[in-house]
Amino acid sequence: MMRTPAGHKVYAMAAEYPSAAALCEAAKRVRDAGFRRWDVFSPFPIHGMDEAMGLGKSWLSGWVLFGGVSGLLTAALVEFGPSWFLYRLDVHGKPWNFWTVPAFFPIMFELTVLFGAFAAFFAWQGMNGLPRWYHPLFNWERFSRVTNDGFFLAIEARDPRFTENGVRELLEQTGGQHITIVHED
Amino acid sequence: MDGAPAAPETIQEAEQQIARAPLVLNRRNLSWLTERISGVVEQPAPRWWWVAFTITASAATFGLFCLGYQISTGVGTWGNNIPVGWAWDITNFVFWIGIGHAGTLISAILFLLRQKWRTSINRSAEAMTLFAVICAAIFPGVHVGRVWMAWYLAPIPNNWAIWPNFRSALMWDVFAVSTYFTVSVLFWYTGLVPDLATLRDRATTKIRKFLFGIFALGWRGSNRHWRHYEMAYLLLAGLSTPLVLSVHSVVSFDFATSVLPTWHSTIFPPYFVAGAIFGGFAMVLTLLLPCRAMFKLHDVITPQHIDKMAKIILLTGSFVGYAYMMEFFIAWYSGNSYERFAFWNRIFGPYWWYWWVGMLFCNVLSPQLFWFRWCRYNVYVVYFVCMCVNAGMWFERFIIIVGGLHRDFIPSSWGLFIPTWVDIWTYIGTLGIFTSLFLLFVRFLPMIAMSEVKTAVPEADVHYATPPEIQSVSTGGKERTR
Repeated sequence: MMRTPAGHKVYAMAAEYPSAAALCEAAKRVRDAGFRRWDVFSPFPIHGMDEAMGLGKSWLSGWVLFGGVSGLLTAALVEFGPSWFLYRLDVHGKPWNFWTVPAFFPIMFELTVLFGAFAAFFAWQGMNGLPRWYHPLFNWERFSRVTNDGFFLAIEARDPRFTENGVRELLEQTGGQHITIVHED
Repeated sequence: MDGAPAAPETIQEAEQQIARAPLVLNRRNLSWLTERISGVVEQPAPRWWWVAFTITASAATFGLFCLGYQISTGVGTWGNNIPVGWAWDITNFVFWIGIGHAGTLISAILFLLRQKWRTSINRSAEAMTLFAVICAAIFPGVHVGRVWMAWYLAPIPNNWAIWPNFRSALMWDVFAVSTYFTVSVLFWYTGLVPDLATLRDRATTKIRKFLFGIFALGWRGSNRHWRHYEMAYLLLAGLSTPLVLSVHSVVSFDFATSVLPTWHSTIFPPYFVAGAIFGGFAMVLTLLLPCRAMFKLHDVITPQHIDKMAKIILLTGSFVGYAYMMEFFIAWYSGNSYERFAFWNRIFGPYWWYWWVGMLFCNVLSPQLFWFRWCRYNVYVVYFVCMCVNAGMWFERFIIIVGGLHRDFIPSSWGLFIPTWVDIWTYIGTLGIFTSLFLLFVRFLPMIAMSEVKTAVPEADVHYATPPEIQSVSTGGKERTR
């Protein structure tokens, strides 16, 4: 565990970049240097940053598929259960068995969408570890501009390649400004 | 070929000719966008806001009183009576639910079509969707009469062992509208999170920091987060797109699955969806044009945006006009005398002027002004047309519902619908609820999606290095972007 002379735990070394383009270039350099535990921060999603960081496709879609399928099955159960077994209803001259299924499509569709949307909503938070109201980066005063017009890059101290001098040099070479150590506490 | 531009002489000239008009005018940068949009929330409420809110909140309060009176006394406080069993209640329901559709079209369908101009208007349009659906949900809720029995609609096991009829279009409607509202809330809140983080980081008071902090979920703009976030946003858009088309189709099934002339029609689903988007866009502009002027957002909601929305109104208005025409044609072509009478009655019966003014003038003729560029760029003309469409779409639903009911198969049972003061004030009350909620939204939440508009400025592009020569555009008087 790295500590500062004052005894604080070190979370990461971070730098600020002047633009999205500069941040993207820096990300490519950090990726090529072989770091694993690092991240970039920006006020909006930057097109092309996933490749620059070496990240693949987000498999959040798997959760949405799961949600959609469970919605479809829930609707089928809720509709066929009463219709077939619990409460046979003879209306509109429609059958009560499986062949009444076209009349059940609208609710099947709605619940598929509903459960899929809930899955998407909870998955983006769950996969991102949110809500998390405290984070070491919030200790850095400049970082509050990340939701305005600031572009930041942070390499975490727990990365095996992390050395104070090596990372500082890399961040300087890539044009990082206001390079600083971020405390964990 | 007289009007064609001359062939470009240089590469630079060619690039200028094919360059897209900027979506944010005057080359405003990222921090200007943050300042201006957050400023609306952070500065004290202007005086006009208090005046407007007092009026709308009073109307909302009286509307709620009318609802309480109607629930405690009974549906007899309304003018509904045989043969007109559905009247203003369902008219208002269809009117409000239709308005919501423009918000979802902007947030979801235009997102899938990669229309970047949507970023300036999607947040407020989505908020409008939510508030419109709240107003819509009131009417079917209270028109059942005994509101405390409304839970019968839900498939809950009970000791009478009774289950709802899942084959009924009204049951489909319950699921469609409640799903629509829930998914719209999830989509809207997902979009809000990065902007709530902006307000959290700018908060000067402890209470603001606490509240925005709670709702921002600890968002910190991490790219590892954006990756999942963008996938979720894309999928929510993908789910909302068929959803929004289904909702008004299901609403139209309430009518189309009946056997009544003018209701029993296969054209209803696309006709209702087009009408919903048409009326919804008019309401988006009705709300946005004053906000744009009052909060000086001309650089973000540009003439280009208004132009594009006007074109959508023209397009969907033409769909609606086509559907009106086709209904008359089918009535004649069917050879069914009841069908023919019902449509004859629509234009020459007791509600004739609803059709001539509401449907023909407001919905079909007034949007035709948008064929002219000058009209699309003149905010007063745009506002006039939007007001016509707002009114016209209400008349359309009234004509479909009451017009279909008041003269049925036996002349001895004919009758007219006369609204009571409760009918009228409940409707005005929902207008008050809708505008009050919108005014509160504008005060307390960012009305433009900051994190999304920022992706539409040139600096957001990773290939943006040297500023290309973009002509600066003056905002005064002649607001042309091309």
